Amino acid sequence: MSMIKRAFKTWLLWELLVGLALTGRYLFKKKITVEYPEERTPLSPRFRGLHALRRYESGEERCIACKLCEVVCPALAIVIESEEREDGTRRTTRYDIDMTKCIYCGFCQEACPVDAIVETQEFEYATETREELYYTKDMLLANGDRYEAQIAANLAADAKYC
Amino acid sequence: MSGLDMAAQAGIWALEILAIAVPVALSVAYITYVERRVIGWIQVRKGCNRVGPAGLLQPLADGLKLFLKETTIPAAANKLLFVAAPVISLTPALLAYAVVPFGETSLFGLWDKPHVMAISHLNVGLLYVMAISSMSIYGVLMAGWASNSKYALMGSIRSTCQMISYEISMGFALVPVMMLAGSLDLVEIVKAQQGGLLHWYMIPLFPMLLVYFISGCAEVGRTPFDLIETEELVAGYHVEYSGMWFATFSLAEYAAMIMIALMTSILFLGGWYAPIPALDFIPGTVWLLGKTAFLVFLFIWMRATFPRYRYDQMMRLGWKVFLPWTLVWIAVVGICIYTPGLSAVINFWMPWR
Repeated sequence: MSMIKRAFKTWLLWELLVGLALTGRYLFKKKITVEYPEERTPLSPRFRGLHALRRYESGEERCIACKLCEVVCPALAIVIESEEREDGTRRTTRYDIDMTKCIYCGFCQEACPVDAIVETQEFEYATETREELYYTKDMLLANGDRYEAQIAANLAADAKYC
Repeated sequence: MSGLDMAAQAGIWALEILAIAVPVALSVAYITYVERRVIGWIQVRKGCNRVGPAGLLQPLADGLKLFLKETTIPAAANKLLFVAAPVISLTPALLAYAVVPFGETSLFGLWDKPHVMAISHLNVGLLYVMAISSMSIYGVLMAGWASNSKYALMGSIRSTCQMISYEISMGFALVPVMMLAGSLDLVEIVKAQQGGLLHWYMIPLFPMLLVYFISGCAEVGRTPFDLIETEELVAGYHVEYSGMWFATFSLAEYAAMIMIALMTSILFLGGWYAPIPALDFIPGTVWLLGKTAFLVFLFIWMRATFPRYRYDQMMRLGWKVFLPWTLVWIAVVGICIYTPGLSAVINFWMPWR
């Protein structure tokens, strides 16, 4: 009996019909596409996007040119040069990040002892030329000024899990 | 026949050809759109919906893009054959439409006798379709050979092998249809199926319907059998093609796919007749195209469902399953026709006897 049943199932392509029925049901399922420029998915506070150099509330830049980020960077995307400033503190004279090399691993922000270099949630900074992706110290500080509110909120949101 | 008559006749033919070639080209373009949307929906995506309202201009955008793409011809290729191959593969796909009867019309009572809507009402239409659609193999073979590339050559050998293998079971699957209809004329075959769902050849020849449709799938290289053009086997015969010449191959594939769907509806699903005779007031062309559209949808649905066959599995299916099965069914139908008791049963599907 079971043999007859099996023969029928084989010749009537039963298994294939079951498969077609399954995909047929999916045809009417609710679609989960996010139509990107108009719709967006929520971003985690830990999202690693465009870099920024932060300042203290006094306006003093946080970076002390310890070069830990430069050392830890696996893609060798960070270049730092430093000098003594008039007041005797060590500061960077050059802080470049090559965004074409960066792999957005977040090691730099983890290595930073003063929370100076961070990654923001900004990810829409595609450019038409390569040169525009070589970020200098001024550009990174400007990023920090622009996204300070977002950065502070994300750091606060993430602080309890650290 | 005077020169004027001949000119008029040529003009009518040109109009008839346009009346079929233009809708075919349009439906090819929009089947690619429907395919992308339906497969998208099945994969819980929305599919292409951005170019024009609901993405309806997508085929135009695709066509424009392909026109603007550079067509590269490899330096080592045989240029004449390389350029001719896509044309050779598209031409038979379109030529086959010449004999397809799209229904009968009396032009709203203008003619006393209903005329068959076909460019050419051939009394060996079925044979013509089989012969012409086999010709597209030459395009594939030429493309692979003229590319002068080992991947294209291996791909074309693979495709040719597949097409020839399934051509055989496809041909044999049609023999019972000819036996029942007693004719090679597509119009006669459809007329033999008049009288509702039970008279359609899908009832006595259900296994042949499956064999024909699945072999057709393999013949045009649709999904369970799309190792003709799969990525993991380096595309196949058209690796070296780009731009519009590449698009011509897919044009041919889609035209052939519509042809298979049309032939399946004509040969097994009652052509232009409604499943219930009472519904025959709806024009037959609507029924025929509706059945064809459903089968094309089935092609797309199958593409979204089934994984690809391995080469040896595909050969096994063609030679060891379909071929014997069609031969058995030819024997069964033949015995039914000539056995006194059974012929009364089979005569139900042979109204001309």
